[in-house]
Amino acid sequence: MKQFFAFVKKEFYHILRDGRTMLILLGMPVVQILLFGFAINMDVQHIRTAVYDPSQDETSRQIVQRITANPYFDMQGEVYSMQEIQDLLRRGDIDMAVVFDEAFQTNLVHSGKSQIQIITDASDPNLGTISTNYVLAIIGQYQQEMMGLTGIPYQIDIKSKLLYNPEMISAYTFVPGIMGLVLMIICAIMTSISIVREKERGTMEVLLASPLRPATVLISKTIPYLTLSFVNLISILLLAVFVLHVPIQGNLLLLIAVSILFIFLALALGLLISTLVRTQVTAILIAGLGLMMPTLILSGMIFPIGNMPQPLQWLSALVPARWYIAAVKKIMIEGLGFIYVIKEVSILVGMSVFLIVFSIFNIKTRLE
Amino acid sequence: MSNNDVIKVSGLTKKFGHFTAVDHISFDVKEGEIFGFLGANGAGKTTAIQMLCGISKPTAGKGTVAGYDILRENEKIKRNIGYMSQKFSLYEDLRVWENIRLFGGIYGLNDKQIADKTEELLTRLKFEDQRNAMVRSLPLGWKQKLAFSVAIFHTPKIVFLDEPTGGVDPAMRRQFWEMIYEAADQGITVFVTTHYMDEAEYCNRVSIMVDGRIDALDSPSALKQQYDAVNMDQVFRKLARKSTRAE
Repeated sequence: MKQFFAFVKKEFYHILRDGRTMLILLGMPVVQILLFGFAINMDVQHIRTAVYDPSQDETSRQIVQRITANPYFDMQGEVYSMQEIQDLLRRGDIDMAVVFDEAFQTNLVHSGKSQIQIITDASDPNLGTISTNYVLAIIGQYQQEMMGLTGIPYQIDIKSKLLYNPEMISAYTFVPGIMGLVLMIICAIMTSISIVREKERGTMEVLLASPLRPATVLISKTIPYLTLSFVNLISILLLAVFVLHVPIQGNLLLLIAVSILFIFLALALGLLISTLVRTQVTAILIAGLGLMMPTLILSGMIFPIGNMPQPLQWLSALVPARWYIAAVKKIMIEGLGFIYVIKEVSILVGMSVFLIVFSIFNIKTRLE
Repeated sequence: MSNNDVIKVSGLTKKFGHFTAVDHISFDVKEGEIFGFLGANGAGKTTAIQMLCGISKPTAGKGTVAGYDILRENEKIKRNIGYMSQKFSLYEDLRVWENIRLFGGIYGLNDKQIADKTEELLTRLKFEDQRNAMVRSLPLGWKQKLAFSVAIFHTPKIVFLDEPTGGVDPAMRRQFWEMIYEAADQGITVFVTTHYMDEAEYCNRVSIMVDGRIDALDSPSALKQQYDAVNMDQVFRKLARKSTRAE
């Protein structure tokens, strides 16, 4: 036991004395939460908009008014020709232009049909689509109100996609994702690197020739990262609650318990990687590319799993973070209890057991 | 065979697939002896040492180290040996005293023993001022002296040194060998591999490995006589010429 503590202490020295790595490990979750929470916001604001309204009638005025009043749009004013719109868009002075039919209200009343053209700068396709959707939603809402007043069924059918508050949804989606990503990086990548480093520097041979058991060496290597990821977990949750205002709807203890399960899984994965490779560079490549990319892309953190082609959906089932993120979403955002995450938890337990058994099988107690 | 053989092996063999790294080697090492284990790069020295230290399992053969069976009692062997690997074997980002304390702890010494022996070690090496220095800041020769002192810190029966003086200047090598003699005087058996043939002359007995086999084993003077050579370098060249193994 004394050996074990002496060794754990040494591991802490390694981490604490490497100031830069330490800073990255502790700062990473903070930066990621802030980046994903604020900068990488799926919700579009300050859409600079111009209006070209040759008809100048009551209906078009009302629609313009609604757009102007909407906080997502920065109304830049009215223009008087299509050419002017072209110029403004090309110069990048506006992001979007709304163009009305020449006899907008007349057409609407007489034929029940009228036209609005929405021109967006689609050099950023995401921005283009989202701002178009906003305008469609505003017009759609206006239409429904009109119909309610006049009882005339207008033919223009606009589907409203503005069903949610985009700002809230972004943070809600990303917080569980970042938890999965950060814990995976710290536990799996850092543990495997720290073990492989000993192989590379030749100290592992000395340790293997000493009375220390290989299992003691490996377990004591995971302790500091276990501690570190716990600190990160707490800092992510604090930031999420107090900075991004994502409330923890469900049971905090359940959330922490599931997170610890995931931390164990990631540590086991790190151990497994360390038994397979010999150099730190390979460890970084395997852990980095082999774990980070799937965690980012296939976990459902950024891209919805339901929208993926079937083979990728199958592949995503192998990504541990997918199940962890799903469980966290259920517990943290939807406030569901344990029975609703049994499936995710059992899969995570199964994966951990498999990884631990497999890496024990793989650990070379004696060098080849 | 006398009772004071601390290492006794016969027919020790290690195969990696079809490649036989160590091919039926047999020898014994007496207590307190400085035993030189020579051979070109790739002759199988490191593999042989790893089998003796209980790090690597032999494919065939048997033997004892410090009185324990190398096949079954490698945990007991590990308690009774010291090992200094080819690569530098201390932690660069730990202080001098932290390295000493860590390895003292790993070998099961208690705090009092560690504290006393640390003082003694630092005084002997004239390292008192470096006590708190990070190991990475020390010159290579100093690091190696320290690594050796740490390897024998728990007074093992045998210390295995795998090319301990690689990359060190001649003056420093000389000092290092003085430390080896001191250790041998304390009764620690020294099992050392080296490339430097002048160092071979310092050993009580040397074995020369060629292609995984031990081709010669005797005292340096006897070997020189046998091979009609003026120094160990010539002995080594005559034997190494027979090698068929590519480097």
